[in-house]
Amino acid sequence: MKKIFILSLIIAMACVSAATIYWHEFASQSADSEKVVVTGSSTIAPLVSRIAKRYEETHPDVRIDVQTGGSSRGLADARTGSCDVGMISREATENEADLTWVTIAKDAVGLIVNTENTITTLADAEIVAIYTGEVTNWSEVGGADRPITVVNKAAGRATLKVFLDYFKIAPEEIRADIIIGDNQHGIKTVIGNPDAICYVSVGTAEYEVKRGTGIKLLDIGNIESSIAGVMSGAYPLSRPLNLVTRGIPSDTVLAFLEYCQSTAVHDLIREEYFVEVQ
Amino acid sequence: MKFNSDGILLWLLRTVAVAAGGVLILIFSFLLIESISAFREIGFFRFFSDPSWHPNTNSNTGSYNLVPMILGSFYVMLGAVFLATPLAILSALFCHFYAPAAVAGFYRRIIEVFAGIPSVVYGFWGLVVLVPLIREVQPPGPSLLAGIFILTIMILPTIALMTDAAFSGVPKNYIVAAKALGMRRWTMLRAAIIPASRFGITAGVILGAGRAIGETMAILMVCGNVVQTPRGLFDPIRTLTANIALEMAYATGDHRSALFVSGFILLVAIAAMVMVADLVKADVI
Repeated sequence: MKKIFILSLIIAMACVSAATIYWHEFASQSADSEKVVVTGSSTIAPLVSRIAKRYEETHPDVRIDVQTGGSSRGLADARTGSCDVGMISREATENEADLTWVTIAKDAVGLIVNTENTITTLADAEIVAIYTGEVTNWSEVGGADRPITVVNKAAGRATLKVFLDYFKIAPEEIRADIIIGDNQHGIKTVIGNPDAICYVSVGTAEYEVKRGTGIKLLDIGNIESSIAGVMSGAYPLSRPLNLVTRGIPSDTVLAFLEYCQSTAVHDLIREEYFVEVQ
Repeated sequence: MKFNSDGILLWLLRTVAVAAGGVLILIFSFLLIESISAFREIGFFRFFSDPSWHPNTNSNTGSYNLVPMILGSFYVMLGAVFLATPLAILSALFCHFYAPAAVAGFYRRIIEVFAGIPSVVYGFWGLVVLVPLIREVQPPGPSLLAGIFILTIMILPTIALMTDAAFSGVPKNYIVAAKALGMRRWTMLRAAIIPASRFGITAGVILGAGRAIGETMAILMVCGNVVQTPRGLFDPIRTLTANIALEMAYATGDHRSALFVSGFILLVAIAAMVMVADLVKADVI
């Protein structure tokens, strides 16, 4: 008797969950709710998620689904139509003109070292020499007599592409001691290693510097690495955060894109440590 | 009408068993299909003969040598198993035969908690505590050694719990007989208990090795992830799992297929390990 009871309980639970899932799916596809799928860069996703949340408050008939997976996914999804809007955190290349590109904010890549490091600025050539293994000791660029720990990003990361493109280094030429994934991984590595040098997004780095976590931003060729520098355009190592669409988007998508470019979201851009486009 | 609950349960269990097996077959064939496209585009032997790992969406311009990562995965697993196994057996011996009942119960709970800690927590601890310590000895810090240490801590509870369970399975009359022969405690353990539970210990070691080779997050955080064949314990390494986790989100085209090959090799390695373990077991019997 007990077995039958347990069995029927399991079946009942399965029925209830199936019904819930069905109802949920059905409800989300009902005619009076429009869904916008946004996929791509993990750098842009947190920002777009917050913009989407604010947008949904004023537009209850629209649901915006934000998924990450990298700029490459954003590009691929926008092309195949598996998303309505792709997020790509770099400049458009010439064979990507089939898509419509809209810049909503800018992000910059800055070089960080541990606060114990006496270096405050590096010239472009010095950075190239460090990352290609020609310079392996901080004394060669005016620092203490200690070996340099070169921290590089894993293949495919958007910050890596910005870094390599700006300094014109081929991926094979890099001589890294440590390879890391995301910005926080890089910051933690530099906090734990006084000899390390790494590059991360300036917004994230400036936030950590303000919190006093033990890192500092290096000036590049005497140009100060800061949000202000990125905004004025003086800081060279920056990248645009783009939303891309293919073909003629629906009115719902167009309205959302316009909202993303409006001044109403500037406070969100700054809170995410990016820089708004002027 | 008679309600045959046993029959229903039997079919329910059969369905679940088929589903579990089917999922494995699906994963295997999915990896195989994805890898075959890479073998066709890139060529099987280039994964072992290319000069380096510099993947590209176009197979003609990239290079795809997986050997350093296969070796990395292998070394880090081997090191962890060698360190963890003796410690785990000692821990289980203490828990089962030396500790007073109250201490043993408490100790076992602690080991169980350790076995349940998510790997990313170990990885974070390794990144902020262990890696800087190793850097003091020999820069840069993230290294094969750090990976071995973290994995040892992670698989030790698994092996210890399995060994402990194996000790519980030893028939009581072995212990009675050993005591009747006047054996001292250590002699009894060495001559009767440990040999009698060797299958359980082997199973624990294999389970631990499987966890070690499949571990991703913790390894990714402490190993440095430089693609190279390590020449020493202080060299950074990249494992197959870390390679997939680092690059999968951003990979397209042939690069993506090459990562599926990483996964395929990993699956084959684990399957081979289980098979060898089965052979060893059959041989011993």
